[in-house]
Amino acid sequence: MQFMLLFSRQGKLRLQKWYVPLSDKEKKKITRELVQTVLARKPKMCSFLEWRDLKIVYKRYASLYFCCAIEDQDNELITLEIIHRYVELLDKYFGSVCELDIIFNFEKAYFILDEFLLGGEVQETSKKNVLKAIEQADLLQEFQEVLGVSRNPSPDTLSHVMNILMSQCTK
Amino acid sequence: MPAVSKGDGMRGLAVFISDIRNCKSKEAEIKRINKELANIRSKFKGDKALDGYSKKKYVCKLLFIFLLGHDIDFGHMEAVNLLSSNRYTEKQIGYLFISVLVNSNSELIRLINNAIKNDLASRNPTFMGLALHCIANVGSREMAEAFAGEIPKILVAGDTMDSAKQSAALCLLRLYRTSPHLVPTGDWASRVVHLLNDQHLGVVTAATSLITTLAQKNPEEFKTSVSLAVSRLSRIVTSASTDLQDYTYYFVPAPWLSVKLLRLLQCYPPPDPAVRGRLTECLETILNKAQEPPKSKKVQHSNAKNAVLFEAISLIIHHDSEPNLLVRACNQLGQFLQHRETNLRYLALESMCALASSEFSHEAVKTHIETVIAALKTERDVSVRQRAVDLLYAMCDRSNAQQIVAEMLSYLETADYSIREEIVLKVAILAEKYAVDYTWYVDTILNLIRVAGDYVSEEVWYRVIQIVINRDDVQGYAAKTVFESLQAPACHENLVKVGGYILGEFGNLIAGDPRSSPLVQFNLLHSKFHLCSVPTRALLLSTYIKFVNLFPEVKPTIQDVLRSDSQLRNADAELQQRAVEYLRLSTVASTDILATVLEEMPPFPERESSILAKLKKKKGPGTVMGLEEGKRERGPDINGGPEPAPASATSTPSPSADLLGLGAVPPAPAGPPPSSGGLLVDVFSDSPSAVAPLAPGSEDNFARFVCKNNGVLFENQLLQIGLKSEFRQNLGRMFIFYGNKTSTQFLNFTPTLICSDDLQATEPADQARGSDSGRGRAGAAGCQHRVCVGLHRSTSSQHPVQVWRNLSECVRQVAHHTQQVFPAHRNGLPGLLSALEAAEQSPAGGAEHFQGKASNGHRNHQSQDYWVWFRAPGRGRSESCQFCGSRDHPHQNHADRVLVALGAEPPGSDVPAHAADEQGDRLPEAVCAAVGAVLAPRLLAQPLSAQLQARQPASSLRVDGMAQCEDRG
Repeated sequence: MQFMLLFSRQGKLRLQKWYVPLSDKEKKKITRELVQTVLARKPKMCSFLEWRDLKIVYKRYASLYFCCAIEDQDNELITLEIIHRYVELLDKYFGSVCELDIIFNFEKAYFILDEFLLGGEVQETSKKNVLKAIEQADLLQEFQEVLGVSRNPSPDTLSHVMNILMSQCTK
Repeated sequence: MPAVSKGDGMRGLAVFISDIRNCKSKEAEIKRINKELANIRSKFKGDKALDGYSKKKYVCKLLFIFLLGHDIDFGHMEAVNLLSSNRYTEKQIGYLFISVLVNSNSELIRLINNAIKNDLASRNPTFMGLALHCIANVGSREMAEAFAGEIPKILVAGDTMDSAKQSAALCLLRLYRTSPHLVPTGDWASRVVHLLNDQHLGVVTAATSLITTLAQKNPEEFKTSVSLAVSRLSRIVTSASTDLQDYTYYFVPAPWLSVKLLRLLQCYPPPDPAVRGRLTECLETILNKAQEPPKSKKVQHSNAKNAVLFEAISLIIHHDSEPNLLVRACNQLGQFLQHRETNLRYLALESMCALASSEFSHEAVKTHIETVIAALKTERDVSVRQRAVDLLYAMCDRSNAQQIVAEMLSYLETADYSIREEIVLKVAILAEKYAVDYTWYVDTILNLIRVAGDYVSEEVWYRVIQIVINRDDVQGYAAKTVFESLQAPACHENLVKVGGYILGEFGNLIAGDPRSSPLVQFNLLHSKFHLCSVPTRALLLSTYIKFVNLFPEVKPTIQDVLRSDSQLRNADAELQQRAVEYLRLSTVASTDILATVLEEMPPFPERESSILAKLKKKKGPGTVMGLEEGKRERGPDINGGPEPAPASATSTPSPSADLLGLGAVPPAPAGPPPSSGGLLVDVFSDSPSAVAPLAPGSEDNFARFVCKNNGVLFENQLLQIGLKSEFRQNLGRMFIFYGNKTSTQFLNFTPTLICSDDLQATEPADQARGSDSGRGRAGAAGCQHRVCVGLHRSTSSQHPVQVWRNLSECVRQVAHHTQQVFPAHRNGLPGLLSALEAAEQSPAGGAEHFQGKASNGHRNHQSQDYWVWFRAPGRGRSESCQFCGSRDHPHQNHADRVLVALGAEPPGSDVPAHAADEQGDRLPEAVCAAVGAVLAPRLLAQPLSAQLQARQPASSLRVDGMAQCEDRG
């Protein structure tokens, strides 16, 4: 995958993830062009289109469009399910996700995406495993605050906390 | 989900985001952002040290502002500071900021890499994960340098956690993609392959991606992955839907991994029999499962299942060795052609295109022709219709060509504008390729122009003309048909072009019929004249002069038209010049001269259709190849990207220029003169020459010309340069042709012969006298662009010597003396005309029927470029455009051409006086003869400079040159 864009029906970009090095100018140009192209398509049309030398796979969920650019030999249908799995992950994490969740917790949306996709390839397809990674991080944060872990804990303290957490998670 | 997960209490951030969302206008938003930026800046600069939380909050705000589309030029340092925080969320935000806003500030990169190094070394798997994610997200060269050695170790170490292995594999993949040379495969390769056996399916998935990419470059090193992948795949496809627990997706076991494994197998040819049997079983299982009733009504289930199916079909097509599987795949796809899911119809059409090119499944694909045609008519989505067009094109053969072409033509009437041009090209190609009867071909193309004239590119109408000219049997029919088509009240300009051209050539074939008598033909064409653009009008003017030759009875009418003010004083210089020259030509030239000058076009050499080339260019490789090229790889881009610069002579063998070293070679103070053109001389020369051979064997090539008139001068994998010569009495003519051996067009291919003043050293006198030992000699020391001066003895001629002179040498002198003899010609038309008249009176010119033209440069040309071109009557027929030499666009009245750029300065200024003196007693006459009757065979649409300078499609360029010298011995 070369990049993934999330944008609203009004064409506002909500999330962008680039897996190929491009300049900011190019990114903006691509975004503008693609948002326009995709928004112009009618609901019943197919989810794939050829664009430049890439294949675009997109799907709309409520007010949000999820749009991926893949290379020629990549599989369109499985990309469609990558999108769906990502939506499932967001949904599970936020609990019935909506656009506002992604706006206000954009950093979380990025973290979840990083656990699921890395470098443009699927890293972990198991929903449980992805969410476990995110929850651990959240719990770690909570523990640090609740247990009053010192500002600069030693690595040993941290791994101790981690172990407690992980045993909790697997329960 | 715990409540904390939704945020870590960054209230300030939430407030800021709300504020932005509440902004009523863009201006208000910018104002709010600027206020915030100022606030953050002051906080960062303030005396009070910020705590980690505030730093995190502000960095996060900056990130948000950046993602809104605004530029951020500070805060990087604070983000880097966050990396070394021990608080997870602070570190996380720091990494996120770096990932999104990385810039190659070298100092920062060092700090970032340090932080990453610490985290990688920490015993905290969460921190390690963050660091790996950051490397994979940034993937810069610096990171590759710093971590390419470290990551493989993490990947294959026994004690690495699974999640870290996954990240490490994809991290390495990203680094390999950005800087492959920095990620050499090492001992870890075999251990990575064994990750395919890992228990953790997430690890296998990530490892498969990595191996696939690595195996594309180093198939040997990862060969063992094939059998492992097959057994893994076999275990997955035979597993029950519950076996794989969370890796089963909507009842489909590990679809992502299956797709990736199938993709990996496409990097290799069919495996050896044992493995192959198991693989075939897997593929059959996948095909069987696709036929089973769905386990769920959810679209996710069907998508995942079919994703695996399509990937399996890709593999079957890639192997192209199991007829049984290919036909099964085709049948399976056939069912999808009428599926209610648009996505499946789209993909089925796409995959079938590939199946159509396999000999095993071509027939099976053809059985679906009716469905595909129906799709063309009923699909509501243009991208699906486009796929249908592609498939029809791919499945077309002699048996169904008429039907498919007819369907495409009728679809064209309503087709979306975006794909019309492509359909036009496809129809044109199919019609030509499968034409049994060329009248059908002509009808089809004329229909194309009628239906979609605007989308008929030049290549298409050039091609129909090439074919009509090459095939005698269709010429009469073509003339009749275009004549009839032109009678439509409104016809497309492209039709006027084709009509003008064909009637100009073959109008005589239908002139017997009183309904299409010469005058009727002329009036019909001329009735369109005023509605046409300048290039078309120019072409029509050429048709008129051809008519003068074909039908002497309309000559007065045509002369009247040419003489009218709207022609003779046309604001367009090209039209004006043509009118003047044609009028003059029709007045002064005898019937014989007219007949030779305006002779019928010679057949074009057979070569790859320029339309096909255009379609390929349009579609890129792969899509169009299906027809016959199959899986042929596309050659390297011989044109060197969009801006080929053949003029740069220092550049090492630029394929499109300077093969003969005739280009502008910058003076090099030492070393052998790079004049490979001099080779022609050296064949006859005793003196050891310091000529660098063009290519191995090129010396042999030259030797061949001692006793042969024709042959190949130079050849490599890109280009063939051939020489063809003819001799008659004291005259010789030489064609140089450039053959494009690639399937790609040469862009900006400009054959230029450049001649500079060092040529004085040659001894035209010797040659002109016909001395047996006449030879070209190298010019003055240090000369860089010597051009060949050769002497050729024709064994068949009665004359003792056939003098062959270098083209540029001859032309240079011609040009030089032309200036002396007809100084006025520099001023354009009057000069030309006086040249014409002078030549008429010149006994030499009249006697020899020499025609030539010298002019100092084209109007649009820079003044220092000097173009000279000649033509000779009679046999002098070439097969390429007069102006650019391209055979792609047939232009009327092709003539032998020499396009010679004479140095950087106009001759006359750079030829020392003594040079003229030396030759003075003889050359003016020779020049008179050569210049002869100055004709203006400028019958073509575009101005010379535009043709040469603009990016004309000039594949297989051919410049035909002719030079002649008189043997006055």
